[in-house]
Amino acid sequence: MKRILFSICLLVGLASASMAQSAQYEAVMGRNVAMLDDSTSFNPDKLLEIGNTFERIAAAEKTQWLPFYYASYCYVMSALMQRDNDKVDDLADKAAVNIEQAEAISPKNDEIDCIKSLVATSRIRVDPPSRGMKYGMESAELLVKANQTNQENPRVYLLQGQALFYTPEQFGGSKTEAKKKFEVALQKFSTFKPASSIAPHWGEAYAKGLMAQIK
Amino acid sequence: MKQLNLILFTLFLPVCIMAQQRITGKITDSKKRPLQGVNVAIKDSYDGATSGKDGSFSFTTDAKGVQYVTATLLGYANQEQKVFISGTLEVNIIMRNNINDLKVVTITAGSFEASDEGKTTVLKPLDIVTTAGAGADIVNALKTLPGTQQTNDREGLFVRGGTGYETQTYIDGMLVRNPFFSGLPDQPGRGRFSPFLFKGTTFSSGGYSAQYGQGLSSALILESTDLPQRSSYTLGASVIGISGGLEELMKDKKGSYGIEADYTNLGPYLDVLKPKFRFSAKPVIMGGSANFRRKTSNTGMLKFYGYANKTHMGTIRPSLEHPGYEEQFELRNHNVYTNLTYKESLGNDWKFNAGVSYSVNVDKIDLDTLNKSASAKVKNQSELAQVKAMLTKGLGQYSLLRFGGEYQYGVEKAAFNNWPANYVDNYTSGFVESDIYFTPRLVGRFGGRVEYTSRIAKANVAPRVSLAYKLTGLSQVSFAYGDFYQKPEQQYLRFKPDLGYMKATHYIGTYQWVAKNYTLRVEAFYKKYHDLVKTSPDTTTSGTGYAKGIELFWRDRKTIKNTDYWISYSYLDTKRNYLNYPFEVQPDFAAKHTFSLVYKYNIPAISTNLGVTYSFSTGRPYYNPTLPESKFMSEKTMTYNSIGLSASYLTSIRKAFTIFILSVSNAPNFRQVYGYRYSSDKLRREEIVPNIPRFIYLGMFMNFGIDRRQDVINNL
Repeated sequence: MKRILFSICLLVGLASASMAQSAQYEAVMGRNVAMLDDSTSFNPDKLLEIGNTFERIAAAEKTQWLPFYYASYCYVMSALMQRDNDKVDDLADKAAVNIEQAEAISPKNDEIDCIKSLVATSRIRVDPPSRGMKYGMESAELLVKANQTNQENPRVYLLQGQALFYTPEQFGGSKTEAKKKFEVALQKFSTFKPASSIAPHWGEAYAKGLMAQIK
Repeated sequence: MKQLNLILFTLFLPVCIMAQQRITGKITDSKKRPLQGVNVAIKDSYDGATSGKDGSFSFTTDAKGVQYVTATLLGYANQEQKVFISGTLEVNIIMRNNINDLKVVTITAGSFEASDEGKTTVLKPLDIVTTAGAGADIVNALKTLPGTQQTNDREGLFVRGGTGYETQTYIDGMLVRNPFFSGLPDQPGRGRFSPFLFKGTTFSSGGYSAQYGQGLSSALILESTDLPQRSSYTLGASVIGISGGLEELMKDKKGSYGIEADYTNLGPYLDVLKPKFRFSAKPVIMGGSANFRRKTSNTGMLKFYGYANKTHMGTIRPSLEHPGYEEQFELRNHNVYTNLTYKESLGNDWKFNAGVSYSVNVDKIDLDTLNKSASAKVKNQSELAQVKAMLTKGLGQYSLLRFGGEYQYGVEKAAFNNWPANYVDNYTSGFVESDIYFTPRLVGRFGGRVEYTSRIAKANVAPRVSLAYKLTGLSQVSFAYGDFYQKPEQQYLRFKPDLGYMKATHYIGTYQWVAKNYTLRVEAFYKKYHDLVKTSPDTTTSGTGYAKGIELFWRDRKTIKNTDYWISYSYLDTKRNYLNYPFEVQPDFAAKHTFSLVYKYNIPAISTNLGVTYSFSTGRPYYNPTLPESKFMSEKTMTYNSIGLSASYLTSIRKAFTIFILSVSNAPNFRQVYGYRYSSDKLRREEIVPNIPRFIYLGMFMNFGIDRRQDVINNL
């Protein structure tokens, strides 16, 4: 009897502990994802810091893909915003490691392919003449793959538009084509419902911002 | 009651321990420099922080008791420190450089590698194309690296006191018998193969792997590109010719094929340039190539490359021997080169490489002292068929063992008027070599090569050893030692089969410091020559010689914005007694000091690249037969100076990616004298000078990419 009671207690105790962990997970994730919705977070150092927080959550929650996803997102955005070319590869490597772990948990995920595409894009800048072709193609192919998985994902169109926007015209870029992509992206954003409050939902403001730069 | 207490305690256990503790500290590297951006955490919790600029961090945690503080930073080994948390705690962590794949030492003595693959290679394939003054010629670009000579009057790459014949070229492991176009006297042909064919170029100025043989001084190892990233058509037009090609990536993206054709005619342009000597036949070059590549599995690859080319050219110049007369030299050349290679992983860390290659080169030369004597007809034909196979076994994480063998069947035919002198040579070799990592910082390469050639009917055994030790994350030292054998040149072996192998022994020491944007290399070498060919008093292999020197290379891609430059300096002390030399002297192809500066400036705003290459070398000895024998090769030519300029502009015309190139060799028109030639009565001499001292080239290339990326995006 005693033993049974003790077991029950232990079970209840463990359950409450893990519930606490789960509630803590949602809360901490929610708080940090909210920071990414805030444009003041978008500087390379702050993004690295938030990315590190997600990486810590990921290390503790080994079965969730979102912490790895967000860690990677923060690192790759930090890479894209870096002033110093020398830091880009390190950040991109960090982003790549995390997104691979996310993919291991959640394969065939269009959101993950979007980040992988960004990682490839971020590497181009270090040496455009040597890397442009290789990583440009890789980045575009990942977006095609993401689009095949989910045609309603607005971020795919946003990133395709971004590639067209920033690629010099002699290498196939085009502001007018970019604008078309942003329009599709915004239309998809208007109907897009994230699976939860912490599921990926970034990009709408960014699409509008880029769009505004095209006359 | 007791039980109730226990229940309550268990239920509220998570809540009870929620008192927060502050953890602070500082993260430094092993030299006590603060590290920024380190992710510090309590293991298996969310609690942690990122270190700031001064390496310090601070965070609060609910954790108590025995815990582990982890610290992670890319490029450093993860740290884990056991702590006991009962209140505010200070934790200082020292992080150590990670020795991962990137940081593992590699063997570098004697070699310069141009590749996209490593992050810290000294050169990129594009550097070869964009070096001003090189005219997109691999060998000309390599002449800006230390160890090479500015011997622009002779064919080939002259390395560390060696002749052009002592450098061998390999494509995907297979020897190339005729890597250069046949040229006119004092006007050597450029390399036959476009730098765009290769993803990797390794230039070894000595001490190279046992996989390669038959080069006393140097090996130029070219690795062909893999599948293209997309299908494309190309068109090129320049002041000297046109070219076109197509490359098709198969639908399944596992194979590709391509063809290319080019036509070069210097005729119209030479009318404008006014060369020093008249042309009896203005150079016309017609060529074509085809390639096929197929991925046979995830790890297997089959590649075919075939090339055929025809050239015709001739000059008329005043006769040195017969004053008042003219000498005509007319050359017709045909060349075919084919190469089929296959590689596959066999599992269990075994890899297999194999290749077959066939090539034929025919030179027909007409020599004529016009209106004086009947013309002489010289015909030279060389055929080479070869097969090579190699197995590689990975041993542990980094070490490996490789061994293999090759067989070459060569037919060398020559005829002077109707006097033939032909021979056949069967060459067989085997090699074994092992890269052994004693630690990730210390590697040794031990190997050897055995060769037998039927013409000489003797075997040789060539040991090769290299060591490399990583001093810090960025710097390393390397040493190499090896014996290198080579058959005497065909013109001697043809008449004297009892010649032996020529031999060179290399000793090389290198210090190298490679950061992301900076490279510093210092290399010292000593090379001993044995058994060089002598033609006087008799044709034997009894010549001797040595070369020693020190070389510097510095490259900086960062200090000046949008600017990339490198500097090479070579000091060479070499003497040899070969051919008709009476004793050991500095040979007529070697300069004591050679210096190059390559400067590239990029203007992103107008997508233009500018380049300047300056080359300098001290005078080379020349033979003055009017002096007594004791003064053999005692006189030297003037110093050599050259400034090459290039500008390239990227744009798009309609949908074609287009590049315009303007390049000028020897822009200031410096006088360049490579040597002097004397008439047999020693009464007259002529300067050996470039026929076209300054060459201006203007061209454009268009690439109509069938860009699948755009197709796909547009179809969404």
